[in-house]
Amino acid sequence: MNSHASTVDLPAAVPAQRIHAGPAPYSNPYLAGIGLGLVLLAAFVFVGRGLGASGAASAVVAFGLNAVAPEHAQSREWFAGYLGGGFHPLKEWLVFEVLGLFTGAWISGLLARRVLVSVEKGPRVSKGVRLAMAFLGGALMAIGAALGRGCTSGQALTGGSLLNLGSWAFMLMVFAGAYGLASFVRWQWR
Amino acid sequence: MMAPFLKYGLFNEEVSLVVAFVIGIGFGFALERAGFGSARKLVSQFYLDDMAVFKVMFTAIVTAMLGVTYLSWIGVLDLSLVYLTPTYLVPQLVGGVVLGAGFVVGGYCPGTSIAAAATGRIDGLVAVAGVGFGTLVFAEAYPLVKSFMNSTAMGPQTIPQYFNLPYGLVVFGVVLMAIGGFVGAGWVERRVRAK
Repeated sequence: MNSHASTVDLPAAVPAQRIHAGPAPYSNPYLAGIGLGLVLLAAFVFVGRGLGASGAASAVVAFGLNAVAPEHAQSREWFAGYLGGGFHPLKEWLVFEVLGLFTGAWISGLLARRVLVSVEKGPRVSKGVRLAMAFLGGALMAIGAALGRGCTSGQALTGGSLLNLGSWAFMLMVFAGAYGLASFVRWQWR
Repeated sequence: MMAPFLKYGLFNEEVSLVVAFVIGIGFGFALERAGFGSARKLVSQFYLDDMAVFKVMFTAIVTAMLGVTYLSWIGVLDLSLVYLTPTYLVPQLVGGVVLGAGFVVGGYCPGTSIAAAATGRIDGLVAVAGVGFGTLVFAEAYPLVKSFMNSTAMGPQTIPQYFNLPYGLVVFGVVLMAIGGFVGAGWVERRVRAK
């Protein structure tokens, strides 16, 4: 899609497909799922914990706020676990894991020619509206993940595979919440 | 028993951060391969024409669940040393609804927003900023919701424990449910796409 090369004046020996190669198709979902499951299993076997994402955001925000407004940050009870008592390997662990997540997604995107600076949106909304919705959605996710003590990674995937009762309850409600609201925000996507 | 390796002292906490980075690379790679760096791909789950979210998630859950069950059954992995987030039933039900709403509004969940940002999606980057903002808001509001968040505390709780069912039976049930779900998802996709 991002290639505007023309094949008109190229030697016949050069395969036109290569020149025109746009983003590669996504993997088969079951293969990708097996890969994701094996990564999760490796986390259990190596460190005795699963994957996560939202916890890293809490840690980074706590550290960040502590850097600019230490008194305020330290008076917020929600951040106490990230700031009190020095070293918290369990929480730092997630920060490193998320740095890896970013790197791994970037490598995969590069290999498949899917790294592209762009705004993903439906055909009927402006970029500005889409970005405002992305911000609002992000804020809602953070609040949901805080209330649920984890997100789609830390609860649904990790707890799901450990048959964690609360994780299954959380996961069912994620689908319920998204399906319940889907028709109201259809204009954004379709 | 020899796993989890960290708990059995095969490496220390500092090395575990390197392990975290490597595992994270696998995590991000798998998410991006599946197409989960794309908001439109992700939300298609909720408009029923592409159920990849369900297929990938449940394949991953079944894969890891079978792996954990097998490794603990042959005595390699001590499941009691694998961290289980305690259940707080009602706050988790509410949190799930709010996260689901955020998912369809923003187009991502927290992990996939990072995968999207990594592959150049500005909306993904903005969603990550939104997560940061939401975290700040939650930290301010925490005193108001603290008692709610600690309500219906049930401790670390698995489905087999709670319903007093054999572990293997629940594993088998989840596998059957997933297979049924995959068949159903394919059927729904075909019907919605045909319209």
